[in-house]
Amino acid sequence: MLTRRRFHLPAVVTATLLSAVLVGCSATAASSLSAESSAAGDQAISGAITVFAAASLKNAFTELGESFQGAYSGTTVTFSFAGSSDLVTQVIGGAPADVFASADTKNMTKLTDAGLVNGALVNFATNTLTIVTPPENPAGIASFADLAKTEVALVVCAPEVPCGSATEKVETAAGVTLTPVSEESSVTDVLNKVTSGEADAGLVYLTDAAAAGGRVTTIAFPESSEAVNTYPIAVLKDTENAAAAAAFTAYVAGPAGQEVLRAAGFAPSP
Amino acid sequence: MTFISARRRSGAGSGLPRWVFIPAVLGGAFVVLPLLAMLLRVNWGQFGSLITSDASLAALELSLKTSAVSTVLCVLLGTPMALVLARSRFPGLRLIRSLVLLPLVLPPVVGGIALLYTFGRQGLLGQTFQFVGIRIAFSTTAVVLAQTFVALPFLVLSLEGTLRTAGRQYELIAGGLGANPTTVLRRVTIPLVLPGLFSGAVLAFARALGEFGATLTFAGSLQGVTRTLPLEIYLQRESDADAAVALSLVLVAVAVVVIILARGRGTEGAL
Repeated sequence: MLTRRRFHLPAVVTATLLSAVLVGCSATAASSLSAESSAAGDQAISGAITVFAAASLKNAFTELGESFQGAYSGTTVTFSFAGSSDLVTQVIGGAPADVFASADTKNMTKLTDAGLVNGALVNFATNTLTIVTPPENPAGIASFADLAKTEVALVVCAPEVPCGSATEKVETAAGVTLTPVSEESSVTDVLNKVTSGEADAGLVYLTDAAAAGGRVTTIAFPESSEAVNTYPIAVLKDTENAAAAAAFTAYVAGPAGQEVLRAAGFAPSP
Repeated sequence: MTFISARRRSGAGSGLPRWVFIPAVLGGAFVVLPLLAMLLRVNWGQFGSLITSDASLAALELSLKTSAVSTVLCVLLGTPMALVLARSRFPGLRLIRSLVLLPLVLPPVVGGIALLYTFGRQGLLGQTFQFVGIRIAFSTTAVVLAQTFVALPFLVLSLEGTLRTAGRQYELIAGGLGANPTTVLRRVTIPLVLPGLFSGAVLAFARALGEFGATLTFAGSLQGVTRTLPLEIYLQRESDADAAVALSLVLVAVAVVVIILARGRGTEGAL
């Protein structure tokens, strides 16, 4: 029993110290941010911004952040990638963010309804579902209807998350009832079940399939056009650096941004 | 029982420096305050309907059933493990103890990945299982495996401690009087450490009930099959924060009952 007590105490002390350090860090970050933005004035584009972006944007936005910093010297872009609904919860809870890019309009609407968005939304990309299987396609999937076969171990997103509601829409449109062996709470979990060979097939976004490369076989299906996710981006009301935040959203919607997004598997927003 | 007597000596205002109470109260507040904050967020008007929805009840039932099975497995496997660790001496024992207790400090998601590469379709034993027609991934069996994996060290550690403090005195006397090793184990050792075994089992049950990471990684998530209460809470949080808070409260309530149950048996030392 002594061993247990010994390892609990340092853990608590570490956690307490860690939280103190974290509070310290965010306080410094916030003060330096406001100092920079007030010194820069309204017109000049410089200083630091924090971008909250949907997890599916990670690869594209990381690359875009680098090139944005190159195009506007003196700017620093910091990203926080997570599920859109997680990020919305954080912003409503007062997390310091300048820009929010959502994987669906529903989550962005939560922020506009809360009065936390500054200015107009820009729809900058769309994403559609695709079938992925392990590279050798062991179950011989060729169409959306094949997914409904009982011997196919299919993994999809749960209806509560954006990729799951898209799955439901496609199901209805195709008139096919799926019987998945698992309904995951994130699209990454679906992809992992397929790449690890546990599942015969999964429904993920085209961008996830693109990121997985040779670890999956991608099978496009026409019914996917029934559920197209639109990605909006907006500057947030509590931004300390509105000029740089607006410049970043314009950059994402502009030619340079669109090129990177296209390479990552996104389609342009109509 | 040295630990309990040490606690009694220093308990209840018997010579502790007063300043010790300041960090102690702070620490207590650190633990209690978040639970209180959650309690304040509960939507009491809809609490009943939120926790009795089909999805919630299915998750609660699955959680209780799988945790019970996992606890039985922990007792069946963990008791002999604790006996060997506490009573036998052979080279490499310390190393074995460290390895066996590893899931205690391992992030559960790592446990999930390890289980996947063992029992998964492409895993070390997965192909053997598949050959006999057993599929573990995405089944309730996978949930039980994940829970047992993370809960087992709790039982082993708790019981091993009890065995060590109980000592070998009575066992040696019983042996000296002519009882064979199995009789000694059955009639002397096990009855002697029964409170420790009970509190170890309660700890294992509580750990199994809270299992999340390994289950999510290894078992998947399907209502009534693999979606336990923690997974349901995680999913509900995406769309319905009220339901997530209500279910969290249910889990807290079950945990409180479990702790009271364990402490009621006078096994404070182990918890």
